[in-house]
Amino acid sequence: MRPVNPRGAWTLFQRETRRFMKVKMQTIVAPALTAVLYLIVFRYAMGDRQVPGLEVDYFTFLIPGLVMMSMLQNSFANTSSSMITGKVMNVHIYLLMAPLSAIEVVAAFLAAAVVRALTVAIVLLAVLIPFTGLGLAHVWMILFYGLCGSLLMGGLGLIGGMWSKKFDDMALVNNFIIMPLTFLSGVFYSVKQLPPFWQQLNAFNPFFYLIDGFRHGFIGVGDTNPATAIWVVLAAVTLCVAACWRLWHSGWRLKE
Amino acid sequence: MALRISDLRKTYSNGNHALQGVSLDVPEGSFYALLGPNGAGKSTMINMLADIVRPTSGEATLFGHDVFNDKAWCKRHMGVVPQEVAFDPFFTAREALRITCGLFGQRLDRAWMDELLERLGLAEHADKNARQLSGGMRRRLLVAQALVHRPPLVVLDEPTAGVDVELRRRLWDFMRELNRQGTTILLTTHYLEEAEELCEFVAIIDRGQLLTARPMRELMREVAGSHLWLRYDGDWRLTDADAEALSDYQPRVCDGLLCLTLTRSGQHASSFHSAYEAASSRFGPPLDAGVREEDLEDVFLRLTRENQA
Repeated sequence: MRPVNPRGAWTLFQRETRRFMKVKMQTIVAPALTAVLYLIVFRYAMGDRQVPGLEVDYFTFLIPGLVMMSMLQNSFANTSSSMITGKVMNVHIYLLMAPLSAIEVVAAFLAAAVVRALTVAIVLLAVLIPFTGLGLAHVWMILFYGLCGSLLMGGLGLIGGMWSKKFDDMALVNNFIIMPLTFLSGVFYSVKQLPPFWQQLNAFNPFFYLIDGFRHGFIGVGDTNPATAIWVVLAAVTLCVAACWRLWHSGWRLKE
Repeated sequence: MALRISDLRKTYSNGNHALQGVSLDVPEGSFYALLGPNGAGKSTMINMLADIVRPTSGEATLFGHDVFNDKAWCKRHMGVVPQEVAFDPFFTAREALRITCGLFGQRLDRAWMDELLERLGLAEHADKNARQLSGGMRRRLLVAQALVHRPPLVVLDEPTAGVDVELRRRLWDFMRELNRQGTTILLTTHYLEEAEELCEFVAIIDRGQLLTARPMRELMREVAGSHLWLRYDGDWRLTDADAEALSDYQPRVCDGLLCLTLTRSGQHASSFHSAYEAASSRFGPPLDAGVREEDLEDVFLRLTRENQA
């Protein structure tokens, strides 16, 4: 089905944004509080230590990573929880019955995921920046990696939601794939601190480029070559969005 | 025709042949009953029309548009009440209607939404979260969601399960009114009395096969027969040998009475006299006897029983 229903796509986008705003304690306030707790813990654990190889203090290094991790986790949660709740409550049939093309559905879901991720990021930065001297070295990098990260994780959430038949399946995807990948992508450490083997392995992890690029936008230095990072991230996002479109179009695990 | 289905088939991945070549014509502006026992394939057929289940083969057109190739047009012109209750726990009834209308690409007509809420007995619950609604209210909300974009064809898959008698009556009055205004309604229900009262056309399917599809009056005139019931004394019983000997009349025991079916057509057409004599020759003269006309439920049971035999 070709794109024919912009009002339908806009309605779906509104539905998905209203959904997370209705539970803002859980979707906005809780991630902000968690990030503040992380910062307090690491502030006292690490003191004024510098990050080896980057000439930046650990506290300043940590904040962009935490913001990006929250963005990634929230954009994933927005699409995945909507899909799995819809499937369990049988509401997803309204998306199948509606005259919406795959492009419209995927665009609406991903746009809502980006809005949630950006909302969380703005709240987190508003809470955390007064406690640090964090600057804005390259705004375009912050926006580019923030947007790409939200799209990538929103897309993965959509695929995970389509694949899952029950909440337990979704928990499996979240706890065994998404959480390790985001935690082990350089949020809490510089990749230069890792043994060579793990440094090489990280080169294949798009989350690492996302977090490093996003941080680079704030502190002006990073672990990776920015040109390489842009291509890796663009390729990952393109692949993920294309997979979302293809899978929705085919009705994968949605239609019998 | 509002809906034309040709040789529609569905085989699920587990090998279950849910539909085995069903063809059906639903005239524009009609109130059409689609009947069948549980598992007959009714919901599979509806779900294929609604794009929830993929067809294995076959064709369907909605007002001349190909249902499986011109999906967007067909979806805009069809409203489906699903059999399973589906509600979004995040939204109120009013929000659910607004969202459904938008998803179907329509600008919300507030007056129509309020009328739907009123006519379906949901007006005072419109701002409650769907979680707070009772089962019957949720089912009526599904009906409102199927109607909110004013489709010319409405498919109701058991819309009154769990709805109390008074509200069911109100729902049917509303459906009749919509039908009079030109909306085509395809209804599946297990309340056969209601189907007989409401619908001008009826199709009966069983085990994925169409048993009959014709105007309701024609079915009742040509297929519906009557029952001959006979009362015998207390120690009477129907043995397998008796059942075999009287098999032309589909003998069965109902409330202690021997019931024989008198059909008007088909290869087993039978008359009161022949049935009475056949029973008398097995059991002797009855203590009492009488004849009752078959209603839709009797016809339905007889046709599905014949198919399963």
